[in-house]
Amino acid sequence: MSESTFKTEQPPTALQRFKASHFWHSFKIDRVAQLSFLIFLAYVVLAIFASLIAPFDPYDASQIDIMNSEIPPSWQAEGEADFLLGTDAQGRDMLSTILYGTRVSLLIGLCAVALQALLGIVIGLTAGYIGGRVDSFLMRIADIQLSFSTLMVAIIVLAVFQATFGTELYQQLAMIMLILVIGIAEWPQYARTIRASVLAEKKKEYVDAARVMGFGRLRIMFRHILPNTLSPILVISTVQIANAIISEASLSFLGLGMPVSQPSLGSLISSGFEYIFSGVWWITVIPGVVLIVLVLVMNLLGDWMRDVLNPKLYKG
Amino acid sequence: MAEQANSLVQIRDLYKRFSISGDLLDQLQFKGGKLTRHREYVHAINGVSLDVMQGEALCVVGESGCGKSTVARTVMGLLSPTAGQIAYRGERIDNLSDKQMLPYRKKMQMIFQNPYASLNPRMTIVETLQEPIKFHNPSMTRGEIQDKIAEVMLSVGVDPSWGERYSHEFSGGQRQRISIARALAVNPEFIVADEPISALDVSIQAQVLNLMMDAQEQRNLTYLFITHDLSVVEHFGTRVAVMYLGSLCELASTKQLFSNPRHPYTQALMSAIPRLEDDRPDYIKLTGEVPTPVNLPSGCVFHGRCPHANERCKQEIPVLTALDDGTQVACHGVEEDRL
Amino acid sequence: MPLLEVNNLEVCFGLRSGAVKALRDVSFTLQRGERLGVVGESGAGKSVLGFSIINLLSRPGHISSGSVHFEGKDLASLAPEELRSIRGNRISMIFQDPMMTLNPVLTIGVQMVECLLAHRRISKADAKRIALKKLQQVQIPSPEKRLDQYPHELSGGMRQRIVIAIGLLLDPDIIIADEPTTALDVTIQAEIMDLMLNLCEQNNVALILITHDLGVVSQVTQRMLVMYAGRIIEQGPTKEIINDAQHPYTQGLMNALPQMALPGQKLNQIKGTMPPLQRIPKGCSFNPRCEYVMDICKQTLPSFTQSGNCQVACHMVAEPMQDKMLIKEV
Repeated sequence: MSESTFKTEQPPTALQRFKASHFWHSFKIDRVAQLSFLIFLAYVVLAIFASLIAPFDPYDASQIDIMNSEIPPSWQAEGEADFLLGTDAQGRDMLSTILYGTRVSLLIGLCAVALQALLGIVIGLTAGYIGGRVDSFLMRIADIQLSFSTLMVAIIVLAVFQATFGTELYQQLAMIMLILVIGIAEWPQYARTIRASVLAEKKKEYVDAARVMGFGRLRIMFRHILPNTLSPILVISTVQIANAIISEASLSFLGLGMPVSQPSLGSLISSGFEYIFSGVWWITVIPGVVLIVLVLVMNLLGDWMRDVLNPKLYKG
Repeated sequence: MAEQANSLVQIRDLYKRFSISGDLLDQLQFKGGKLTRHREYVHAINGVSLDVMQGEALCVVGESGCGKSTVARTVMGLLSPTAGQIAYRGERIDNLSDKQMLPYRKKMQMIFQNPYASLNPRMTIVETLQEPIKFHNPSMTRGEIQDKIAEVMLSVGVDPSWGERYSHEFSGGQRQRISIARALAVNPEFIVADEPISALDVSIQAQVLNLMMDAQEQRNLTYLFITHDLSVVEHFGTRVAVMYLGSLCELASTKQLFSNPRHPYTQALMSAIPRLEDDRPDYIKLTGEVPTPVNLPSGCVFHGRCPHANERCKQEIPVLTALDDGTQVACHGVEEDRL
Repeated sequence: MPLLEVNNLEVCFGLRSGAVKALRDVSFTLQRGERLGVVGESGAGKSVLGFSIINLLSRPGHISSGSVHFEGKDLASLAPEELRSIRGNRISMIFQDPMMTLNPVLTIGVQMVECLLAHRRISKADAKRIALKKLQQVQIPSPEKRLDQYPHELSGGMRQRIVIAIGLLLDPDIIIADEPTTALDVTIQAEIMDLMLNLCEQNNVALILITHDLGVVSQVTQRMLVMYAGRIIEQGPTKEIINDAQHPYTQGLMNALPQMALPGQKLNQIKGTMPPLQRIPKGCSFNPRCEYVMDICKQTLPSFTQSGNCQVACHMVAEPMQDKMLIKEV
């Protein structure tokens, strides 16, 4: 063969491929995406290293002095240099509490989305690939699940749990409960998206080729089809993390989320809400801004990814 | 039909229909105060019987919607027949489970039409080729697998050093070569090729056809070759089956079909091939539109467009009958010696 | 004066990896009523040529140099308003996929009438009458019924007929047909090609037929261009090229047709594939695939040589001529 197209070149490495990809290129030219990604990265770094960065440990009762309560941020007249963002009603340093709260919020968001993705991928793949009655059955379940709003399900489940097992046990298990509830409530988003792209992929001939080879269903589903549905999964994941964080914040705000002793951003906002009319705005507003920026950044990233990865907008 | 001695694949009275009326809720209709269940079908194949002989290239020709691809996919077990049987070396294979089918998967392979969709975009060429080899030969060592991959890649004219690349880095013709390599990787004896060259450019078509002929010679392959292009058939096929609207019109050796087409549809099809030499085409004009396979016409499926149709053609379905020269034709006109 | 004159047309596509020339130095003329075939493989630039004639290139493509003159007017210098009145009105285009022209949510009648009213000052009733007449011309059974139908209710062949009727609606001078029958079955293709041929002859319409199918070109057109990697490599009367192609690529294309080989024997293939536009080799762009390649082919781009009534861009064809000229000079 004398086709000389690639003759002398080495096959590109994964990094070179990535650098030549449309994904990387559109990231390079999109300032909003870059900024969003940087801010998100900063959030992640701060959350991971919260215990190193934070000046106090808000979980350690010995470091909390009730006398320090409700000190305004340091730039205000009555502020103290020790507490950069002031303190809350219990005398905890706001900066440290927000850092730890971000960690809790992100952790719940990520884990809940991982659970959603796991359920959604398995159910969506099965429904899309096997089709027929299985598909109808699973998708009707998804419809039913979707017709209850996430918050409604969460409120009922968490309230019932709290009532039956007592607040104490609930507070111990709050994080796991939140992850489970938010994770289970929103899997249909994933299942539907994945089913749609499985239906599209299933028609392609490489799937037929795999069937002709005699490969089993599971192998075809997970080895051949799943990798080709990753782009939509990536897109909804970013948006879903933002949604999960908001859900968690809403639940915490309603008193069904993280306990005050281990506050998430939502429960911080909620705990400050009582005092907001007495002029103590910072307990609510500062974590609120932190939360809004985080969610905004996730949504911007999600939007950008949808634009880049959507095969209808971009063919290649 | 009698069992022929050297037939590899036998297709008997194959029927395939697809429901197009959706699920149960869509099928229910309210008519005249009564709730009825109304179902519509596409009749893709209507009673096709064919034998693929050992070592031949049997071409199935027809226009879009005639059911030729459905025949290919049913033979490969990608679709299950509504009625009829498919046998491989005399053993029925259309009712087997996936597991029971496995030994036949090694012997029967398929090449697809669209080179851009038939390779998994997330797999490198080596991954694409090694998966079937590993799967069907679990005892092979890594070295043996690598040798096999290199062997099939070389045999289709793709440089083995390109193995770490993804399919989108190749041109259409090269992808189709890789597709062929994948089929050859499990050492099949029978290959179904569903329009393998129709998505390719003329100069590439010739390369791929040559490659397939080489492979047939070297590996003693049998082909079931699906195409809409009669000019390719003349070159490639041992025998030709012409299909129209899910039925077989004519089955003949290539030589006979091209020198003396009997069925009026075959004649029209042949005259419509755009040939290089003639200045102005002198083709047989067909009137009317191709009927949809949803509401099949009564009688001969071709009667609506046939210039020689009479009353009998509109009523009675013609059966495939063998003529003296071995050609089999399903046409009342030929049977009555009108044509 | 020719109806259409294309001079040294060059079309660039500004891509991330740099500008790519999709067309280079394309020149040809089209007389009134003439049928011209443009042949090439995918990626040869034949569709780009069709689009650039009516200046319908979408970004990132643009005409970077050269000109297109229609009846002596430079199309590039026209205001968008004037260009629009030529496009559709005087030059119409037929695509491979009829659904590129037809709007799926409007009936055939509405689309045809709208098209007429956009370009002509006539009443709705007149427009409908013209539409009906055109549908009759393309031999559609029961044309009155078709006016009230939606595109999806019609078969592929019927849709392509409708598109042709729409193309003829404004009595254009040129029809550019880009692979008009590729998606159709052979029997339908033969009918449609026959129809187009007759319509062009009757109405004295010039046709630019863009296709990869040499058979169709040989039956329908009077003159043809063969394109390779963005350039015209051979042009001349269809009959002459079909019977005695000069350029090795044209020869190869024709020899690769299955009908050119004896049954059961190997086809005559052209080795290799057309280079992507980013990597066109130096010299003659066909040189890596050419059987007759010479040193000069790898160095310099061949210019057109007159051979009979044809023009060929090939050193091999040019050389014997030079030899003859040298002999004369001596």
